[in-house]
This record gives sequence, C-alpha cells and structure tokens, in this order.
Amino acid sequence: MAITKQNLRALNGDEAVAYAVKQSDVDVVSAYPITPQTIIVERFSEYVHNGEVDTEFVCVESEHSALSMCLAASATGVRVFTASASAGLALMHEILYVTSGARAPVVMAIANRALSGPINIHCDHSDSMVERDAGWIQIYVENSQEAYDSIIQAFRIAEHNDLLLPTMVMLDAFFLSHTLESVNVLPDETVRKFVGTRKIPLIRGHRGKLVPFKLDPENPITMGPLDLYDYYFEHKRQQEEAMQRAPRIIKEVHDEYARISGREYGNGLVEPYRLEDAEIAAVCLGSTAGTTKTVVDQLRSKGIKAGLLRLRTYRPYPVKDIINTLENVKAIAVMDRSHSFGAHGGPVFHEIRHVLYDASIHPHVVDYIYGLGGRDMPQSLIHEIYKDLQKILETKRVEKPVQFIGVRE
Amino acid sequence: MASKWKFTIKDFAEKPEIFMSGHRACAGCGPAIAYRQVLKAARGPIIATNATGCMEVVSTIYPYTAWGIPWIHTAFENVAANAAGIETALKALKKKGQLKYDHVDVIAFAGDGGTYDIGIQALSGAAERGHDFLYVLYDNEAYMNTGIQRSGGTPHGAWTTTSPAGRVIPGKVEYKKPIGAIMVAHDIPFVATASIAYWLDLVRKARRGLEAEGPAFLHALAPCPRGWRYDTSKTVEIARLAVETCVFPLWEAVDGEYALSAPSKVIALKPERKKPVKDYLKVQGRFRHLFVPEFEHVIGEIQQIIDRRWKRLLKKCGMT
Amino acid sequence: MTSEQKGWKEIPIAGVCWRPATDYLTGDWRTFKPVRDKEKCNKCLKCFVFCPDGAITWNSETEDIAFNYDYCKGCGICANECRPQEAIEMVLE
Repeated sequence: MAITKQNLRALNGDEAVAYAVKQSDVDVVSAYPITPQTIIVERFSEYVHNGEVDTEFVCVESEHSALSMCLAASATGVRVFTASASAGLALMHEILYVTSGARAPVVMAIANRALSGPINIHCDHSDSMVERDAGWIQIYVENSQEAYDSIIQAFRIAEHNDLLLPTMVMLDAFFLSHTLESVNVLPDETVRKFVGTRKIPLIRGHRGKLVPFKLDPENPITMGPLDLYDYYFEHKRQQEEAMQRAPRIIKEVHDEYARISGREYGNGLVEPYRLEDAEIAAVCLGSTAGTTKTVVDQLRSKGIKAGLLRLRTYRPYPVKDIINTLENVKAIAVMDRSHSFGAHGGPVFHEIRHVLYDASIHPHVVDYIYGLGGRDMPQSLIHEIYKDLQKILETKRVEKPVQFIGVRE
Repeated sequence: MASKWKFTIKDFAEKPEIFMSGHRACAGCGPAIAYRQVLKAARGPIIATNATGCMEVVSTIYPYTAWGIPWIHTAFENVAANAAGIETALKALKKKGQLKYDHVDVIAFAGDGGTYDIGIQALSGAAERGHDFLYVLYDNEAYMNTGIQRSGGTPHGAWTTTSPAGRVIPGKVEYKKPIGAIMVAHDIPFVATASIAYWLDLVRKARRGLEAEGPAFLHALAPCPRGWRYDTSKTVEIARLAVETCVFPLWEAVDGEYALSAPSKVIALKPERKKPVKDYLKVQGRFRHLFVPEFEHVIGEIQQIIDRRWKRLLKKCGMT
Repeated sequence: MTSEQKGWKEIPIAGVCWRPATDYLTGDWRTFKPVRDKEKCNKCLKCFVFCPDGAITWNSETEDIAFNYDYCKGCGICANECRPQEAIEMVLE
C-alpha cells in the first residue's frame, strides 16, 4: 500500500491532539481546562462552534465530572475523549480505576505537568506516573507529530474488542503542548476509515442471553455493581488478562498506521536508538528523548558507543522488548522526570531494574531524577550523564545509584 | 402543575416491576418504596444511574441485579455527571440516526449522602448545563449505607453516629440544608418535594419531572427504620406525619413558580390541622434523647425552624 | 441461595451482572407474615403501592391481590397502612 499523501501544518502539541480528535469521529467530548491542556479544549470548541465537527462538546464543572461523563457516555455506546493534566488528572484519580474496571474505551490526552504543591504548571511526569496502577494503557510521545499519530491510534487500541481498556496519551507540558512544530496530517477520510466506527461486543447479561455491552433499553444490563470479596479478585484478574493482550494489539495498530502514514515509532512499544552495539545507554520517556538522540549522535561521531531507549508504551510495561534491546548494554542511565519520595529512585528506574533482574546479563543501572517542575534538561547535562556512564563502564563500579541532576545544591 | 397524565392504581399494578423483588433492602425500607413509586411513572424507555449508597448496594450485589432497565453505577459524588454523560451520548446517537427510540428518559437516583454534600457539585454543574434528566433524591436524612452518619440533610437534634445524643451535645447541631430551594435557585424547569405516604402526588411529580425538558429535581422523603429507630411497619406513617407537621411540606416549583401540593395546601388553608412537631419526633428513636428536661428546648428549636421555613414557603407560594 | 462461585474465565467482563434479583428469595428473612382477611379487603391496592419489595401483586384476571411470600420480608407496612379496613394481620410464622 502506498503511503497516503499528507498535509504539512504548523501545530503545537495541543493543537495536534485537537486536530486528531476532530478527524476521529468522536461523539462526546467532556473536558475541563487546565494549563497546559487548555489549547486542546479551546481549539476543539472552535471546531464545534464553527460546525466543523458533529461532536457533543460539554464544558463540565470539574475533571472528576469530565471523566465520569465520558465513562457514562462510553457505557452508552459512543466514542468519547477527554484531556487533562496534573491536578486535574489527580482529581480524576478515583474514576480512572472505575473506568478501567468498567472496560470503557475512553481516550484521554495528558499534558504532563507537575503535581502541586507548591503549584507548578510546567513539565514533569509525576501526574501520569502516579496513575500507572490504574489499569489504563499509557503511551508517552516524543513530539507533536507523534501526539497526533498516537491519539488516532489510541481510539483503535482502546476500542479493540480483545482489549477494551481506556488509553491515555502523554505529551510534555509546554515543550510539546505549546511549541510549534510542523506536523504531517492525514486526510480526513483516511483517518475516518482508520478509526472506523466503534463496534460493541456482546456480553452475557442477567437475562441469560448475549446482548450488546452497552446501556440500551432494548437489552438492559447492569454495570458497576457491588462486588464482595467473592468476586472482586476475579474481575481484577480479567483486567490483567486484557493487559497481557495489549502489546500485540498496540503493535498491530501501530504497524497498520505506519503503512498508511509512513511513520513508525520503534515497534510501537519501545523505540531503540542506535542501541544495536551500544555499550552505554540512557532510558527515558517523552520529549527528552529528542534531545538525547542529538547527544547520542554527537557521542557516536566521537566513536563512543552510546545509545538510547525511549519507552513509548509504559503500560503495559514492554518487558520482553526492554530485555531484548538492553541486554547487551553494560551501563544504563535511567532518566526519571518524576520521583517517588523515599523510594530509592524514580519509577522508571524501579521498573527497568525490576525487568533486568531476570535477564541473563546484569548491566549497571543508575538513576537520574531530572526536570521536575519544568526544569530544563539541556544537552550539556545529558552529556554529563553519559560521561558518568563511561566512568562506570571503565571502573565497573557505581558510586551513586540515584542522583538528582540539574537541581541547585 | 403536576403532570396531566391520567392513571388508576390498577394501571400501576399491571405494569411490570422495573425494580425487581429480591433486592436486599431492609424490611420496611422507605427508599425502596420511593423507587417503586417513582418507576411507576415511567412513560417509555429509561436508562438509570445511581450514586453509591443504600439503594445502589442493595439492588446490585454481584452477580444479582434488581434492575429491569439499563443501569450504571460508578461512584458516590458523580451521579449527576453520569446522567449528563448518558444524556449527551443519547443526543449524539440520535443525531447520527442510531437511536431507535424517539426519546429515552434518563433518571439519576441518589441518597441525601450523594446529593446534599459530596454530590452537590456535579448536580449543580449538570443543572447549570441544562441536561434533560430527572434527579431523584431519596432522603433518609443520613449516610445510612455506611452506618447512619450525619449528612447535610440530617435534621437539627437528630441522633446519628457522628452527631450522637451525648451528655453535652444532644444530636446534630446544624439544620437541614434546604436542597429544594437550592435547586429552584438554579432556575431549572421543575423542582418538587414528595413523600412516599402521598404516593399519587409523588408519582405525578415523577412523571412531570420526566416530561420536563431540562433538569428536573424530585426530593422524596423516605424514612429509614434502622436509622430513624422505629418499627419497620411505621415507615409510611412517619412519612405522612412529616407532611402533617410541616416538617417536610409538599410543594413544586415549575419554572421557579412555587405552588403548594394538596396535602400541604390543606394545612395552609386550615392551620388548625397543622400537627405539633412533637407528634413527629416522639415516634422516632433518633429524637428520643430530646424528651428530657435538659434537652427539651431543642424540641422548641425544631418547632421554631419548622414554623419559620413553613411561613417562608407559604410566602413563596403566595399564601400568607 | 447464593450463587456457586465461578472462575474469572467464566464470568462476563467489567462486572456486568448475570443473575436477576428474583433468583434471591428474601422471604426467609421474615419473622412475621402478613395474612389477609378476604372479607374485609376492598382491593384498594394501598398495600401494593406501599410494599418496599413488590411482594404484593395484582392479578387482573382474578381481580385480586396476592402476597408473594417468596420475597415478603414481613415489615408490616401493609398491615399498618390497611386502613380503615384493617384486613391484614401480621402473624408469627
């Protein structure tokens, strides 16, 4: 199949998301503004008020209600979308779990912003990291182009009848959300065909027969009952089972989209960069990967065998792909743009180490907490990290497994 | 004006039960009566949503469900947001020509727990946005499902586990939040109070609420034998006393215009029929601690606030 | 009375309920049972409207009410509200 002809547009990350939603035939959007996601809802409301989309757009009174509305609307059988960040995502916390428990294919964009307090509107991953246990698919994008592509893919991933898990797509606050990029957008018809219409699966209800899994007076079902200790565990086991199917589905959707758009992001789960023969490597998520790729290129030009692993899909955690790509690297620096206080490092560090524990080779793995609250991560600091890795490679010793980088002492 | 819909009690009896028997509410549960009565007003397809609380729990203990209509529960404070989501989805489906019905009624059920306090934000937001749904508040005047803790709807002087009848403080200090007036202030098409004892009035109001185009709010008093401490057989009798003593007057506000309903209108026209609040308090264990010399004055306080609110209501209804 | 416990592979996803409440007979909760004197009953159906459990039904063919003792919890509201007929009595079972 030939790659579709696309249009180049100047869009920032938020606008790219709004544009993707516009093309994806979404029925209901209910959202509450929060910096830096505001442009998504503003741009989308312009589309609605100009009659460019058929979507029912509801400006709700809080993020908790935004996600509640999306969940209930999704349960009624329509395609939904919302967006948030930071405190807004935190406010939705309770409902995140309910949404994944209800197996509602809600798609949400998160403009990664630091959690309060003190209040900070800038980029870090603390808001979405804390939700990694909520049972949602989590995808982190590197640039606005990928934000556009991933939102479109997210509808297909979430609604896949073998999956039925809500999906959140993360883009870095301001670095991506508010920064203008040239983004290739597909024609409306191509996107519409790609996302298709939502196909509701069948489920066994209380009348004993198989009926569509949605709220419909013709075939009533009850959603959201009280589970006592005799069934809750089984329901959660079912959710894990769905998560186990997710890597295959994410890859399939990614590959299908790549054939149409000509763009791939690794294999959809992880994006290795110059890792084939790397001896030292960094692991990170989001826009920092872009900066790090430049640093890697600079090091490579000097003959240093450096590489980078960008994690695109964070949930489900791409265990096999991480082991495969990192197995031969001797010293790894994880870059965490969020922190878990008192936990001996950040979440990405924990999970990388945990996965590599079972690998046949045990590289040195160290952690750098960086960029909290939007603190810039320039190339110079990333170079320092690679210098540290080289030292570890030479001395075969780790002096400090966990460090903060870029903070003033 | 309450609905012009005509029916007889035998019409009701022949309707299939939407809220099935076999639910696990306590014997004598007032809210269960309210649910059965409200659902008798059904005029076509319905989708219902419930806040966490007694009725949600007793009607859906997995894998059993008492609901013969599509029903969803998600959390405690968001039933109005749920209803808004369902209503919006139905609008979207209708626009696309994918809805096989001309109209589907959306009903949000919640207790005083999920309405007065934790749920008021979502309710206010949904009312402001004008979603077309009926919100039914079944008021048993405390957080009953979690074990009888006080809510914004608990009346002054009542015992609850978090406003106990102590040696120093006799029951709840604060007064019952006037949720009905709050909803009228939102300028929505229909707000009404109802009591399960006056079932005809309640059902007509539920129907009127369904017929209203926009948000409708039905505040139904539904006594709880466990929490109010009385014999299970007296639920309806107490719901009647509440109206007869003007503790819970029955009224409706159509587009903000107040009007007293027949059972309360009769008292307004013949004030000698107004029973003293003591008659209502003495049959409930939750007020028993007030009938001692030390705390008797609280009964006086209760009578005062009831009288004050009754007079205010009469004024709003143009019946001073 | 309670369902036999199924495994996670057998039950529907998302916690969707698969048994109607009518499968659960709450009748064995009660201590007292309503008994109706048919002579005194004028079929006003107040008992039907006030029963929390829908355990009183109307049969339009026989034109009579019936107590569904499978679900009646014995609360006594029907007996209390049957006025002035007082046709229902709560009897210890």
